[in-house]
Amino acid sequence: MAKAAKPPKPEEITKTLDYRKTPKGPWIDTKVEFRPGMYCYGTRPKYLEEVDMPNPREWSTSDEDWKLPENWKEIFLEGMEDRLRKHRSFRLFMDICVRCGACADKCHFYIGTGDPKNMPVLRAELLRSIYRRYFTTGGKLLKRTAGARELTEEVFKELWYYAYQCTECRRCSVFCPYGIDTAEITIMVRELVNLLGCNTDWIMGPVANCYHKGNHLGLEPHTIQSNIEMMCDDIEEITGIRIEPTFNRKGAEILFVTPSGDLFAVPGVYTAMGYLMLFHELGLDYTWSTYASEGGNFGFFTSLEMAKRLYYKVYAEAERLGVKFIIGGECGHMWRLWHQYLATFWKPPENLETPKSPITGTVFEHASASKVVHVVEFTADLIRHGKLKLDPSRNDHLRVTFHDSCNTSRGMGFFEEPRYVIKNVCNHFYEMPENTIREKTFCCGSGSGLNASENMELRMRGGLPRANAVRYVHEKYGVNMLANVCAIDRAALPTLMQYWVPGVEVCGVHELVGNALVMTGEKKRTMDLRLEPLPGFEEEEEEEE
Amino acid sequence: MEQLREVLRTRRDGIVRRWFDYIIETYPEETAAFLKSKRDPFTNPVGSTIKEGIEGIIDYIVGEGEEEVQTFLDRIIRIRAVQDFKPSEAVEFVFHLKDIVRAEVGMRLDEPEIRRQLREFDSSVDKLALLAFDIFMECREKIYELKATELKNMTYKLLERAKLLDELDKHKW
Repeated sequence: MAKAAKPPKPEEITKTLDYRKTPKGPWIDTKVEFRPGMYCYGTRPKYLEEVDMPNPREWSTSDEDWKLPENWKEIFLEGMEDRLRKHRSFRLFMDICVRCGACADKCHFYIGTGDPKNMPVLRAELLRSIYRRYFTTGGKLLKRTAGARELTEEVFKELWYYAYQCTECRRCSVFCPYGIDTAEITIMVRELVNLLGCNTDWIMGPVANCYHKGNHLGLEPHTIQSNIEMMCDDIEEITGIRIEPTFNRKGAEILFVTPSGDLFAVPGVYTAMGYLMLFHELGLDYTWSTYASEGGNFGFFTSLEMAKRLYYKVYAEAERLGVKFIIGGECGHMWRLWHQYLATFWKPPENLETPKSPITGTVFEHASASKVVHVVEFTADLIRHGKLKLDPSRNDHLRVTFHDSCNTSRGMGFFEEPRYVIKNVCNHFYEMPENTIREKTFCCGSGSGLNASENMELRMRGGLPRANAVRYVHEKYGVNMLANVCAIDRAALPTLMQYWVPGVEVCGVHELVGNALVMTGEKKRTMDLRLEPLPGFEEEEEEEE
Repeated sequence: MEQLREVLRTRRDGIVRRWFDYIIETYPEETAAFLKSKRDPFTNPVGSTIKEGIEGIIDYIVGEGEEEVQTFLDRIIRIRAVQDFKPSEAVEFVFHLKDIVRAEVGMRLDEPEIRRQLREFDSSVDKLALLAFDIFMECREKIYELKATELKNMTYKLLERAKLLDELDKHKW
């Protein structure tokens, strides 16, 4: 009797519930599911029209019908054929992968989402299966047996979904024994979906702004000038020194270009204040430009052609103003592009010379092709030659760690300079674990134009491996400041920290430089660049007089 | 609950292993293999956080945990709150601890005292599940707050520049 009255065991109840989500069967049969929070909104047609990109229309990512043109398949395959011919690396990467899986667990999105299609090998396989079907004899004859599949609308959407779940960070490529650069496969997929007008609004808006107004945020010349003047007001309040930067000045020795995020967004503006203070203290003969007013390039997240178009103005402005070389601000993808593409996109004008620091005489030989030098390289050289008076104790309330940006580290091999600068302007610096920094750095999870708000879940998952390493140094050493040299990091990491590691703030390296820099004729500092009281340097109480 | 605690202490490793496997199986097969096999906490933050979290929870239950159980539960739930889980799916693993403990207690289930203590244990697991649900909600609210904050920050700067904010308004943001 007692037995009959027994309630079912928890195990019996859970048996009736389907909590197991493991997809059954091969990946090729697993349908893509668009999950809110994991993708960005489709672009508005006006942005495409503004830069003459094909197939502008009203469409929504969450709709069943993406309103693709009738001959979409033809456009896609012709585009692919064209790119296979143009980029030998692309064809090579399509052919040589042996699916060893070395890259599989290196991707921050795979680590954070657990979705097998985020393994770089499988993400690339989404396109390779198309390549085999339409461009290889084996695939044409044997079809699925040879790992080939038809290009259907559903497959197209799947390619789109996962191309925007890759930040082109290239961490996977570090571990590939063949050197396959999976980021370049993502770049190709993005080019192909752009042939059909399927960019995201978050990328296309900045592209259109940059094309017409010179920068992603669409700041007009008078706004740029007044924003920088507002920063100078704050600097005057902090240091008592009035800085008068120049704009579009012909005959300056140096043109300075930085991402527009540094001119408008917090904490980027504090980094820009650091640049202003440093250049003033040096008496540098430099100018800002309201025309070449964007260091970043969302065109790179669209197509190489668009990246090239948006960067025309950098050398054009350098030529118009007659400068000798260019200094670039703290940015990630800007440096991959300037270091690896700019001088082949456009020929540097005759007036540009190999950058030579007017303060130390150092010649930056590595920049002899592009004629651009990174501001952190420039500053590290100044410190090395003892040209700056620094008081690192002003940053004593900060326990700092450094996040290597994907593009400066893996695209440029730039590791020591930022660390050297930080160690000279701060007394408390702690590294994150070895397998999460330098060439193995984890992405912020929001690079390559994925730093929108509507894809917050994706960003939080993609940023988990980075945040996990920050949490480690936060708990072990009390780290409370995450320094970086990238405008997207400065935009994305504060949100990431608020979710995963509350208590850690984010700053650019030159904000720390600005705090520590002892300027000629400055008043006693009581505030940091955020206009917050500087611990240990507070204003003295009256009774002490 | 001392007798039961004693059983749990001696069977700790088995309980951790079973519970860990159960949670990991909520992920796709290939991913489960990765989450189980990689030990480095920086290579495999999800697997190691879950492992560390459930060890902390079990130690707390057997009375050896020093840290607050909330911290450990938070670490697991914070991850599941941004992954592809419904609220019920994200916290369901907590209830499963009841089954695991019964399986580990085995033959001693027949002892009346153990059975009585198990009822007490069940109610503490229920409390844990409620706490897990609170944490889950807190995480989801945080996500929406972060989305809203990013949008507000963009608008704030524009309004400030246009001089459409007075000092009073600034405090409201």
